[in-house]
Amino acid sequence: MEKTALNFTLNGAETGVFVDAGANLLDVLRRGVGDQTPKYGCGQGSCGACSVLIDGELHLSCLTLAETVAGKSVETTAGLAGGPELHALQKAFIDGFAAQCGYCTPGMLMAARALLDSNPNPSRDDVAEAISGNICRCTGYEPIIDAILAAASGSGRRFG
Amino acid sequence: MLSVETFETIEEAAGAVGERSRFMAGGTLLMVAVNYGNQGFDRIVRTSDRRLGEISNAGDRVHIGAGVTMAKVAASRDLAFLAPAARSVGGPAIRNRATVGGNLFAPHPYGDFATALLALDATVHWADGREEPIETVLQNRGQSIGLAAAVSVPRPQADEFRFLKVARVKPKGASVMALAAWLPKSAGRLENTRIAFGAMGATAARVKACEAALNGTNLDERGIEPALQAATEGLSPQDDALASGWYRREVAPIHLKRLLIPERRL
Ligand SMILES: Cc1cc2nc3c(=O)[nH]c(=O)nc-3n(C[C@H](O)[C@H](O)[C@H](O)COP(=O)(O)OP(=O)(O)OC[C@H]3O[C@@H](n4cnc5c(N)ncnc54)[C@H](O)[C@@H]3O)c2cc1C
Ligand code: FES
Ligand code: FES
Repeated sequence: MEKTALNFTLNGAETGVFVDAGANLLDVLRRGVGDQTPKYGCGQGSCGACSVLIDGELHLSCLTLAETVAGKSVETTAGLAGGPELHALQKAFIDGFAAQCGYCTPGMLMAARALLDSNPNPSRDDVAEAISGNICRCTGYEPIIDAILAAASGSGRRFG
Repeated sequence: MLSVETFETIEEAAGAVGERSRFMAGGTLLMVAVNYGNQGFDRIVRTSDRRLGEISNAGDRVHIGAGVTMAKVAASRDLAFLAPAARSVGGPAIRNRATVGGNLFAPHPYGDFATALLALDATVHWADGREEPIETVLQNRGQSIGLAAAVSVPRPQADEFRFLKVARVKPKGASVMALAAWLPKSAGRLENTRIAFGAMGATAARVKACEAALNGTNLDERGIEPALQAATEGLSPQDDALASGWYRREVAPIHLKRLLIPERRL
């Protein structure tokens, strides 16, 4: 199958990779680039485990035709922490036991990041709405919502 | 082997769509087919035409490019009356991608936004310049050849237009049914009413018997009773994992009543 070159920015770093026609971004990130943080849950837009930011906007990488991100900025959970310093959302998830098996967590974190970037003081309903496309089979959602609210209010424990 | 071609204009893209090719807008449905190896097509046609993403006012109508996303509709001041319908589609990530044009062709139980457009008597503007009422586009969409470039809708007066989506999972879930009503009044009485249901058949559909029963009445319990009796006349709701056709038919009048006379919260 013919491959085409695709260049984009991944978590701030210029990235180039060859992709098959029709490849989805999730596959390209995981297998082409080696960023395993976005997860494959369903491949049909239903679970949110593959959520990433594209030019700051929340998208499902499994439903994104890879070639459409040419020249764009893609952000994944791999880029959340600044070196050893975890992002406030990551800290709040740890503190609040908001990750159990952890499979949904990268997607939840990106959905939460998209919310807080546009609405730093969300209500509980805002948070529920923001993660409404993300399925979690472990936590019952409440700890996740609490953690996002804690991160927003700055009440999450500080590390480092 | 799959190929992807991106054309500069919607007209060129329309010319490239054929039997073994599919037009991709937001891709929320088409990428699923790609991911799952659908053998029905081997070519994806796209366009980078910026006109598809535009919202503009023209006289008393608003034009919405077929490539406008649900998120963009929800954020548009000119389209505040359509925001509840746009916000009802999927979760935030789906809304960042799902387009108005794609919603016209989304299979059951999808098409919530198309339901709202149908109740507003939208016009579909095809890429080849033809204009067609949304009602016939939906009725004939199995056979319809061509690409939609835009839809246009009249701007309803405040509170004349209402939308309700009934879903089992909140805040996000596929429709048990979607309801939209355009309720213009003349001298205090309903006139030219439009009632549309989504997920109550293969595509969104108007219920003309119900509309006729509403015309000339007041929007009160007694006035709407005949319309509730006729709520599902001509509809053929299907059984699916969300609800049986029987259940949909049974509860439709109750949801229609809630749409027409919203319950007062004490
Ligand atoms: C998890 C999930 C949840 C969803 N929830 C909802 C929901 O709550 N409500 C709802 O209504 N839908 C829902 N959908 C379905 C879908 O996201 C929407 O209907 C959306 O509007 C489809 O638009 P699209 O641009 O993504 O379509 P695409 O996937 O790009 O295309 C879908 C079909 O429409 C055709 N098409 C697209 N644009 C045009 C055009 N301009 N002219 C002619 N043909 C065109 C394509 O060729 C294709 O056959 C959901 C989908 C998923 C995956
Ligand atoms: S893998 Fe993308 S939404 Fe499930
Ligand atoms: S922590 Fe297991 S799916 Fe969410």
